Amino acid sequence: MLLAACLTLGGCGEEAMPAQHRLQGADAAAGRRLVIEHDCGVCHVIPGLRGARSHVGPSLAGFGGRGYIAGVLPNTPDNLVRWLLDPPAIAPMTAMPDLGLREQEARHIAAYLTTMR
Amino acid sequence: MNAQSVLAPAGPDGDLLAQLSWLLFAGGAIIFLAVLAFILAAALGGEAARRTLRSRRFILAGGVAFPVVVLSVLLLHTLGLARALSLPLPGGTPPLIIQVTGHQFWWEIRYPGTLPDGGVVTANEIHIPTGRDILLEVTASDVIHSLWIPALHGKIDLIPGHVNRRLLRADRPGVMRGQCTEYCGAQHALMAFYVVAHRPEEFEAWLGRQRLPAEAPRDEFLAMGREAFGAAGCGGCHTVRGTPWQGRLGPDLTHVGSRLSLAAGVLDNHRGTLAGWIAGAQDLKPGNRMPSFAAALDGAELRAVAAWLESLK
Repeated sequence: MLLAACLTLGGCGEEAMPAQHRLQGADAAAGRRLVIEHDCGVCHVIPGLRGARSHVGPSLAGFGGRGYIAGVLPNTPDNLVRWLLDPPAIAPMTAMPDLGLREQEARHIAAYLTTMR
Repeated sequence: MNAQSVLAPAGPDGDLLAQLSWLLFAGGAIIFLAVLAFILAAALGGEAARRTLRSRRFILAGGVAFPVVVLSVLLLHTLGLARALSLPLPGGTPPLIIQVTGHQFWWEIRYPGTLPDGGVVTANEIHIPTGRDILLEVTASDVIHSLWIPALHGKIDLIPGHVNRRLLRADRPGVMRGQCTEYCGAQHALMAFYVVAHRPEEFEAWLGRQRLPAEAPRDEFLAMGREAFGAAGCGGCHTVRGTPWQGRLGPDLTHVGSRLSLAAGVLDNHRGTLAGWIAGAQDLKPGNRMPSFAAALDGAELRAVAAWLESLK
Protein backbone atom coordinates (compact mmCIF):
# COMPACT_ATOMS: atom_id res chain seq x y z
CA MET A 1 0.00 0.00 0.00
CA LEU A 2 2.73 2.40 1.02
CA LEU A 3 4.72 1.47 -2.08
CA ALA A 4 1.72 2.05 -4.34
CA ALA A 5 1.10 5.38 -2.66
CA CYS A 6 4.70 6.46 -3.17
CA LEU A 7 4.71 5.48 -6.80
CA THR A 8 1.55 7.42 -7.56
CA LEU A 9 2.64 10.52 -5.64
CA GLY A 10 5.41 11.65 -8.01
CA GLY A 11 7.19 13.71 -5.38
CA CYS A 12 8.76 10.78 -3.55
CA GLY A 13 12.54 10.57 -3.68
CA GLU A 14 14.59 7.42 -3.23
CA GLU A 15 14.60 7.86 0.53
CA ALA A 16 10.87 7.11 0.59
CA MET A 17 11.26 3.68 -1.05
CA PRO A 18 10.89 0.79 1.38
CA ALA A 19 14.26 -0.68 2.31
CA GLN A 20 13.75 -4.12 0.77
CA HIS A 21 13.42 -2.54 -2.67
CA ARG A 22 16.73 -0.77 -2.59
CA LEU A 23 19.95 -2.43 -3.73
CA GLN A 24 21.47 -3.35 -0.40
CA GLY A 25 25.23 -3.64 -0.40
CA ALA A 26 25.54 -2.61 -4.04
CA ASP A 27 28.24 -0.14 -5.07
CA ALA A 28 27.73 2.11 -8.08
CA ALA A 29 31.48 2.68 -8.49
CA ALA A 30 32.02 -1.07 -8.69
CA GLY A 31 29.14 -1.15 -11.14
CA ARG A 32 30.90 1.33 -13.39
CA ARG A 33 34.06 -0.82 -13.41
CA LEU A 34 31.97 -3.89 -14.24
CA VAL A 35 30.25 -2.05 -17.09
CA ILE A 36 33.67 -1.34 -18.58
CA GLU A 37 34.91 -4.89 -17.93
CA HIS A 38 31.89 -6.52 -19.56
CA ASP A 39 32.05 -4.24 -22.62
CA CYS A 40 28.51 -2.90 -22.32
CA GLY A 41 29.64 0.02 -24.50
CA VAL A 42 29.86 -2.36 -27.45
CA CYS A 43 26.10 -1.97 -27.83
CA HIS A 44 25.08 0.99 -25.67
CA VAL A 45 25.98 4.68 -25.56
CA ILE A 46 26.91 5.26 -21.91
CA PRO A 47 27.44 8.85 -20.75
CA GLY A 48 30.83 9.37 -19.17
CA LEU A 49 32.42 6.28 -20.74
CA ARG A 50 34.76 7.15 -23.57
CA GLY A 51 34.35 4.74 -26.46
CA ALA A 52 30.86 3.59 -25.45
CA ARG A 53 29.25 5.02 -28.55
CA SER A 54 27.51 2.16 -30.32
CA HIS A 55 23.87 2.42 -31.39
CA VAL A 56 23.05 -1.29 -31.48
CA GLY A 57 21.04 -0.97 -28.27
CA PRO A 58 19.39 2.07 -26.68
CA SER A 59 21.50 4.75 -25.08
CA LEU A 60 21.69 4.38 -21.31
CA ALA A 61 21.68 8.15 -20.74
CA GLY A 62 18.92 8.96 -18.29
CA PHE A 63 18.31 5.27 -17.66
CA GLY A 64 17.58 5.86 -14.00
CA GLY A 65 14.49 7.82 -14.89
CA ARG A 66 13.17 5.50 -17.56
CA GLY A 67 9.76 3.90 -17.01
CA TYR A 68 10.38 0.46 -18.50
CA ILE A 69 13.35 -1.83 -19.06
CA ALA A 70 13.48 -3.05 -22.67
CA GLY A 71 9.97 -1.75 -23.08
CA VAL A 72 8.45 -4.61 -21.06
CA LEU A 73 9.53 -4.59 -17.42
CA PRO A 74 8.88 -1.77 -14.94
CA ASN A 75 12.19 -0.10 -14.16
CA THR A 76 12.77 -0.93 -10.51
CA PRO A 77 16.15 -1.87 -9.01
CA ASP A 78 15.08 -5.46 -8.39
CA ASN A 79 13.69 -5.85 -11.93
CA LEU A 80 16.86 -4.37 -13.32
CA VAL A 81 18.91 -7.03 -11.54
CA ARG A 82 16.60 -9.74 -12.91
CA TRP A 83 17.00 -8.34 -16.41
CA LEU A 84 20.79 -8.15 -16.25
CA LEU A 85 21.04 -11.74 -15.05
CA ASP A 86 19.09 -13.21 -18.00
CA PRO A 87 17.59 -10.85 -20.59
CA PRO A 88 16.25 -13.55 -22.97
CA ALA A 89 14.30 -15.17 -20.11
CA ILE A 90 12.30 -11.96 -19.72
CA ALA A 91 12.12 -10.85 -23.35
CA PRO A 92 12.65 -13.84 -25.69
CA MET A 93 13.02 -11.64 -28.76
CA THR A 94 15.68 -9.39 -27.23
CA ALA A 95 19.04 -8.93 -28.94
CA MET A 96 20.80 -8.64 -25.55
CA PRO A 97 22.58 -11.87 -24.61
CA ASP A 98 22.88 -13.47 -21.20
CA LEU A 99 26.35 -12.26 -20.25
CA GLY A 100 26.97 -14.72 -17.45
CA LEU A 101 26.92 -12.09 -14.70
CA ARG A 102 26.99 -13.18 -11.08
CA GLU A 103 24.20 -11.91 -8.82
CA GLN A 104 26.47 -9.46 -6.97
CA GLU A 105 27.87 -8.11 -10.24
CA ALA A 106 24.35 -7.51 -11.54
CA ARG A 107 23.48 -5.63 -8.34
CA HIS A 108 26.52 -3.36 -8.64
CA ILE A 109 25.71 -2.64 -12.28
CA ALA A 110 22.08 -1.97 -11.43
CA ALA A 111 23.20 0.48 -8.73
CA TYR A 112 25.35 2.26 -11.33
CA LEU A 113 22.61 2.41 -13.95
CA THR A 114 20.05 3.80 -11.53
CA THR A 115 22.37 6.79 -10.94
CA MET A 116 22.03 7.83 -14.59
CA ARG A 117 19.48 10.61 -14.56
CA MET B 1 51.65 -2.72 -20.17
CA ASN B 2 54.78 -4.28 -21.48
CA ALA B 3 53.19 -6.34 -24.25
CA GLN B 4 53.97 -3.69 -26.87
CA SER B 5 57.25 -2.06 -25.95
CA VAL B 6 60.62 -1.85 -27.66
CA LEU B 7 62.09 -1.66 -24.15
CA ALA B 8 60.59 -5.02 -23.15
CA PRO B 9 62.13 -7.33 -25.77
CA ALA B 10 61.23 -11.00 -26.04
CA GLY B 11 63.68 -12.23 -28.66
CA PRO B 12 67.23 -11.73 -29.95
CA ASP B 13 66.37 -9.04 -32.50
CA GLY B 14 64.27 -7.28 -29.90
CA ASP B 15 67.21 -7.40 -27.50
CA LEU B 16 69.54 -5.77 -30.07
CA LEU B 17 67.04 -3.03 -30.83
CA ALA B 18 66.39 -2.36 -27.15
CA GLN B 19 70.15 -2.06 -26.54
CA LEU B 20 70.48 0.38 -29.43
CA SER B 21 67.54 2.38 -28.07
CA TRP B 22 69.15 2.67 -24.65
CA LEU B 23 72.53 3.53 -26.20
CA LEU B 24 71.05 6.38 -28.21
CA PHE B 25 68.99 7.58 -25.27
CA ALA B 26 71.90 7.54 -22.85
CA GLY B 27 74.33 9.05 -25.35
CA GLY B 28 71.86 11.75 -26.27
CA ALA B 29 71.22 12.54 -22.61
CA ILE B 30 74.96 12.88 -21.88
CA ILE B 31 75.54 15.19 -24.86
CA PHE B 32 72.46 17.23 -23.93
CA LEU B 33 73.72 17.71 -20.39
CA ALA B 34 77.18 18.63 -21.64
CA VAL B 35 75.78 21.27 -23.99
CA LEU B 36 73.66 22.59 -21.10
CA ALA B 37 76.79 22.80 -18.96
CA PHE B 38 78.66 24.75 -21.69
CA ILE B 39 75.74 27.18 -21.99
CA LEU B 40 75.73 27.75 -18.23
CA ALA B 41 79.51 28.16 -18.23
CA ALA B 42 79.25 30.71 -21.01
CA ALA B 43 76.49 32.63 -19.31
CA LEU B 44 77.76 32.54 -15.74
CA GLY B 45 81.41 31.54 -15.90
CA GLY B 46 83.11 34.84 -16.50
CA GLU B 47 85.45 36.03 -19.24
CA ALA B 48 88.05 33.28 -18.84
CA ALA B 49 85.47 30.57 -19.43
CA ARG B 50 84.01 32.38 -22.38
CA ARG B 51 87.47 32.80 -23.91
CA THR B 52 88.02 29.05 -23.74
CA LEU B 53 84.64 28.19 -25.09
CA ARG B 54 85.01 30.39 -28.11
CA SER B 55 88.59 29.41 -28.88
CA ARG B 56 89.28 27.75 -32.21
CA ARG B 57 90.71 24.65 -30.49
CA PHE B 58 87.58 24.11 -28.43
CA ILE B 59 85.24 24.61 -31.36
CA LEU B 60 87.21 22.26 -33.61
CA ALA B 61 87.48 19.65 -30.86
CA GLY B 62 83.87 19.81 -29.71
CA GLY B 63 82.19 20.70 -32.99
CA VAL B 64 84.17 18.67 -35.54
CA ALA B 65 86.38 16.03 -33.97
CA PHE B 66 83.93 14.82 -31.35
CA PRO B 67 80.94 14.38 -33.70
CA VAL B 68 83.04 12.76 -36.42
CA VAL B 69 84.46 10.20 -34.02
CA VAL B 70 81.22 9.47 -32.19
CA LEU B 71 79.08 9.28 -35.31
CA SER B 72 81.58 7.08 -37.14
CA VAL B 73 81.66 4.63 -34.26
CA LEU B 74 77.88 4.72 -34.09
CA LEU B 75 77.62 4.10 -37.84
CA LEU B 76 79.88 1.05 -37.68
CA HIS B 77 77.94 -0.26 -34.68
CA THR B 78 74.60 0.21 -36.48
CA LEU B 79 75.84 -1.46 -39.65
CA GLY B 80 76.98 -4.45 -37.62
CA LEU B 81 73.63 -4.55 -35.88
CA ALA B 82 71.70 -4.37 -39.15
CA ARG B 83 73.69 -7.35 -40.39
CA ALA B 84 73.00 -9.28 -37.16
CA LEU B 85 69.27 -8.58 -37.51
CA SER B 86 69.13 -10.30 -40.87
CA LEU B 87 70.99 -13.49 -40.01
CA PRO B 88 69.24 -16.76 -39.19
CA LEU B 89 69.86 -18.87 -36.08
CA PRO B 90 73.01 -20.94 -36.32
CA GLY B 91 72.23 -24.65 -36.47
CA GLY B 92 70.19 -24.76 -39.64
CA THR B 93 66.68 -25.68 -38.46
CA PRO B 94 64.53 -24.50 -41.34
CA PRO B 95 62.38 -21.56 -40.31
CA LEU B 96 58.63 -21.83 -39.79
CA ILE B 97 57.02 -19.89 -42.62
CA ILE B 98 54.07 -17.68 -41.74
CA GLN B 99 52.39 -15.58 -44.40
CA VAL B 100 50.75 -12.32 -43.40
CA THR B 101 48.51 -10.30 -45.72
CA GLY B 102 47.44 -6.86 -44.64
CA HIS B 103 43.91 -5.74 -45.45
CA GLN B 104 41.95 -2.66 -44.54
CA PHE B 105 41.72 -3.10 -41.50
CA TRP B 106 42.65 -6.62 -40.44
CA TRP B 107 45.48 -9.15 -40.69
CA GLU B 108 45.22 -12.45 -42.54
CA ILE B 109 47.63 -15.06 -41.16
CA ARG B 110 48.39 -18.27 -43.05
CA TYR B 111 50.45 -21.29 -42.08
CA PRO B 112 51.30 -22.86 -45.47
CA GLY B 113 51.64 -26.62 -45.67
CA THR B 114 49.76 -27.36 -42.47
CA LEU B 115 46.69 -28.82 -44.20
CA PRO B 116 46.55 -31.27 -47.13
CA ASP B 117 44.99 -28.69 -49.45
CA GLY B 118 46.72 -25.56 -48.21
CA GLY B 119 47.09 -24.42 -44.64
CA VAL B 120 45.55 -23.13 -41.46
CA VAL B 121 44.19 -19.60 -41.91
CA THR B 122 43.47 -17.30 -39.00
CA ALA B 123 43.22 -13.57 -38.42
CA ASN B 124 44.57 -10.84 -36.17
CA GLU B 125 46.65 -13.22 -34.11
CA ILE B 126 50.07 -14.75 -34.89
CA HIS B 127 50.99 -17.85 -32.89
CA ILE B 128 54.64 -18.90 -32.92
CA PRO B 129 56.83 -21.43 -31.15
CA THR B 130 59.68 -20.08 -29.04
CA GLY B 131 63.29 -20.82 -29.84
CA ARG B 132 62.74 -21.34 -33.55
CA ASP B 133 63.31 -18.96 -36.48
CA ILE B 134 60.09 -17.66 -37.96
CA LEU B 135 60.14 -16.45 -41.57
CA LEU B 136 57.42 -13.87 -42.07
CA GLU B 137 56.41 -13.44 -45.70
CA VAL B 138 54.28 -10.35 -45.83
CA THR B 139 52.23 -8.55 -48.44
CA ALA B 140 49.07 -6.49 -48.69
CA SER B 141 45.87 -6.80 -50.66
CA ASP B 142 44.90 -3.17 -51.05
CA VAL B 143 47.15 -0.37 -49.77
CA ILE B 144 50.52 -0.26 -48.00
CA HIS B 145 50.41 -1.43 -44.39
CA SER B 146 53.28 -2.08 -42.01
CA LEU B 147 53.77 -4.74 -39.37
CA TRP B 148 55.47 -3.95 -36.09
CA ILE B 149 55.84 -6.17 -33.06
CA PRO B 150 57.98 -3.89 -30.86
CA ALA B 151 59.08 -6.73 -28.56
CA LEU B 152 60.46 -8.75 -31.47
CA HIS B 153 61.73 -6.69 -34.40
CA GLY B 154 61.58 -3.47 -36.42
CA LYS B 155 58.82 -2.49 -38.82
CA ILE B 156 58.18 -4.47 -42.02
CA ASP B 157 56.21 -2.85 -44.81
CA LEU B 158 53.36 -4.79 -46.41
CA ILE B 159 53.28 -3.64 -50.03
CA PRO B 160 50.59 -4.76 -52.51
CA GLY B 161 52.04 -6.88 -55.29
CA HIS B 162 55.31 -7.49 -53.45
CA VAL B 163 56.44 -9.96 -50.79
CA ASN B 164 58.78 -8.78 -48.04
CA ARG B 165 60.55 -11.33 -45.88
CA ARG B 166 61.83 -11.02 -42.33
CA LEU B 167 63.31 -13.54 -39.96
CA LEU B 168 62.49 -13.20 -36.30
CA ARG B 169 62.44 -15.30 -33.17
CA ALA B 170 60.88 -15.24 -29.73
CA ASP B 171 62.94 -16.59 -26.84
CA ARG B 172 60.30 -16.58 -24.13
CA PRO B 173 56.62 -17.60 -24.09
CA GLY B 174 54.06 -14.86 -23.63
CA VAL B 175 51.58 -12.58 -25.32
CA MET B 176 52.81 -9.56 -27.25
CA ARG B 177 50.96 -6.94 -29.19
CA GLY B 178 51.68 -5.30 -32.53
CA GLN B 179 50.13 -2.64 -34.70
CA CYS B 180 49.87 -1.36 -38.22
CA THR B 181 52.52 1.30 -38.61
CA GLU B 182 51.83 2.71 -42.07
CA TYR B 183 48.76 4.88 -42.42
CA CYS B 184 46.29 2.83 -44.42
CA GLY B 185 42.93 4.56 -44.14
CA ALA B 186 40.17 5.56 -41.72
CA GLN B 187 40.73 2.76 -39.22
CA HIS B 188 44.51 2.52 -39.33
CA ALA B 189 44.54 3.35 -35.61
CA LEU B 190 42.33 0.34 -34.83
CA MET B 191 44.39 -2.25 -36.70
CA ALA B 192 46.30 -4.14 -34.04
CA PHE B 193 47.05 -7.80 -33.45
CA TYR B 194 48.38 -10.17 -30.81
CA VAL B 195 51.40 -12.43 -31.03
CA VAL B 196 51.30 -15.51 -28.83
CA ALA B 197 54.65 -17.23 -28.29
CA HIS B 198 54.20 -20.82 -27.11
CA ARG B 199 56.62 -23.44 -25.91
CA PRO B 200 57.07 -25.79 -28.90
CA GLU B 201 54.80 -28.58 -27.57
CA GLU B 202 52.04 -26.08 -26.81
CA PHE B 203 52.41 -24.57 -30.27
CA GLU B 204 51.94 -27.99 -31.86
CA ALA B 205 48.84 -28.51 -29.71
CA TRP B 206 47.45 -25.14 -30.79
CA LEU B 207 48.17 -25.88 -34.44
CA GLY B 208 46.52 -29.29 -34.09
CA ARG B 209 43.34 -27.67 -32.78
CA GLN B 210 43.39 -25.06 -35.56
CA ARG B 211 43.71 -27.80 -38.20
CA LEU B 212 40.34 -29.24 -37.20
CA PRO B 213 37.20 -28.03 -38.98
CA ALA B 214 34.50 -26.26 -36.97
CA GLU B 215 32.78 -28.71 -34.64
CA ALA B 216 29.08 -29.44 -35.13
CA PRO B 217 26.71 -27.29 -33.03
CA ARG B 218 26.16 -28.86 -29.61
CA ASP B 219 22.55 -27.78 -29.10
CA GLU B 220 19.54 -26.31 -30.86
CA PHE B 221 20.36 -22.71 -30.02
CA LEU B 222 23.83 -23.01 -31.56
CA ALA B 223 22.36 -24.80 -34.58
CA MET B 224 19.96 -21.90 -35.01
CA GLY B 225 22.94 -19.58 -34.88
CA ARG B 226 24.77 -21.50 -37.57
CA GLU B 227 21.70 -21.39 -39.79
CA ALA B 228 21.16 -17.67 -39.20
CA PHE B 229 24.83 -17.07 -40.10
CA GLY B 230 24.16 -18.62 -43.50
CA ALA B 231 20.80 -16.98 -44.05
CA ALA B 232 22.19 -13.51 -43.31
CA GLY B 233 24.84 -13.98 -45.97
CA CYS B 234 27.87 -14.03 -43.69
CA GLY B 235 29.41 -16.83 -45.75
CA GLY B 236 29.79 -14.44 -48.64
CA CYS B 237 32.77 -12.90 -46.87
CA HIS B 238 33.81 -15.41 -44.23
CA THR B 239 35.11 -18.97 -44.33
CA VAL B 240 34.18 -21.52 -41.67
CA ARG B 241 35.88 -24.82 -42.51
CA GLY B 242 33.47 -27.70 -42.04
CA THR B 243 30.55 -25.68 -43.36
CA PRO B 244 29.58 -24.74 -46.93
CA TRP B 245 30.88 -21.18 -46.43
CA GLN B 246 34.19 -20.30 -48.06
CA GLY B 247 34.14 -16.51 -48.36
CA ARG B 248 37.58 -14.89 -48.60
CA LEU B 249 36.82 -11.19 -48.19
CA GLY B 250 36.89 -11.17 -44.41
CA PRO B 251 38.70 -13.10 -41.66
CA ASP B 252 38.47 -16.89 -41.47
CA LEU B 253 36.11 -17.67 -38.57
CA THR B 254 36.70 -21.42 -38.17
CA HIS B 255 38.15 -20.95 -34.68
CA VAL B 256 37.16 -17.37 -33.95
CA GLY B 257 36.08 -18.31 -30.42
CA SER B 258 39.67 -19.18 -29.55
CA ARG B 259 41.07 -15.74 -30.29
CA LEU B 260 42.10 -13.12 -27.76
CA SER B 261 40.32 -10.25 -29.48
CA LEU B 262 37.88 -9.20 -32.17
CA ALA B 263 38.11 -6.53 -34.87
CA ALA B 264 41.91 -6.57 -35.00
CA GLY B 265 42.81 -6.19 -31.36
CA VAL B 266 40.01 -3.73 -30.62
CA LEU B 267 37.44 -5.70 -28.62
CA ASP B 268 37.35 -8.45 -26.01
CA ASN B 269 36.03 -11.74 -27.36
CA HIS B 270 32.79 -13.11 -25.90
CA ARG B 271 29.16 -13.43 -26.96
CA GLY B 272 28.41 -9.84 -25.92
CA THR B 273 31.13 -8.27 -28.05
CA LEU B 274 30.43 -10.68 -30.90
CA ALA B 275 26.79 -9.60 -30.93
CA GLY B 276 27.73 -5.92 -30.67
CA TRP B 277 30.28 -6.21 -33.48
CA ILE B 278 27.94 -8.08 -35.83
CA ALA B 279 25.03 -5.72 -35.22
CA GLY B 280 27.03 -2.50 -35.11
CA ALA B 281 30.39 -2.93 -36.85
CA GLN B 282 30.07 0.50 -38.43
CA ASP B 283 29.44 2.14 -35.05
CA LEU B 284 32.55 0.58 -33.54
CA LYS B 285 34.92 0.93 -36.49
CA PRO B 286 33.33 3.30 -39.04
CA GLY B 287 34.63 2.76 -42.55
CA ASN B 288 35.77 -0.81 -41.98
CA ARG B 289 34.69 -3.26 -44.65
CA MET B 290 32.00 -5.07 -42.63
CA PRO B 291 28.52 -3.56 -42.61
CA SER B 292 26.36 -3.43 -39.50
CA PHE B 293 24.11 -6.47 -39.65
CA ALA B 294 21.36 -5.40 -37.24
CA ALA B 295 18.93 -5.12 -40.14
CA ALA B 296 19.50 -8.72 -41.24
CA LEU B 297 19.16 -10.54 -37.90
CA ASP B 298 16.35 -10.35 -35.36
CA GLY B 299 17.23 -10.27 -31.66
CA ALA B 300 17.12 -14.00 -31.05
CA GLU B 301 19.06 -14.76 -34.25
CA LEU B 302 21.76 -12.24 -33.31
CA ARG B 303 22.22 -13.88 -29.92
CA ALA B 304 22.30 -17.31 -31.53
CA VAL B 305 24.93 -16.34 -34.13
CA ALA B 306 27.06 -14.74 -31.42
CA ALA B 307 26.77 -17.84 -29.25
CA TRP B 308 27.64 -20.12 -32.18
CA LEU B 309 30.73 -18.09 -33.10
CA GLU B 310 31.76 -18.01 -29.43
CA SER B 311 31.56 -21.83 -29.45
CA LEU B 312 34.02 -22.16 -32.37
CA LYS B 313 37.05 -22.62 -30.12
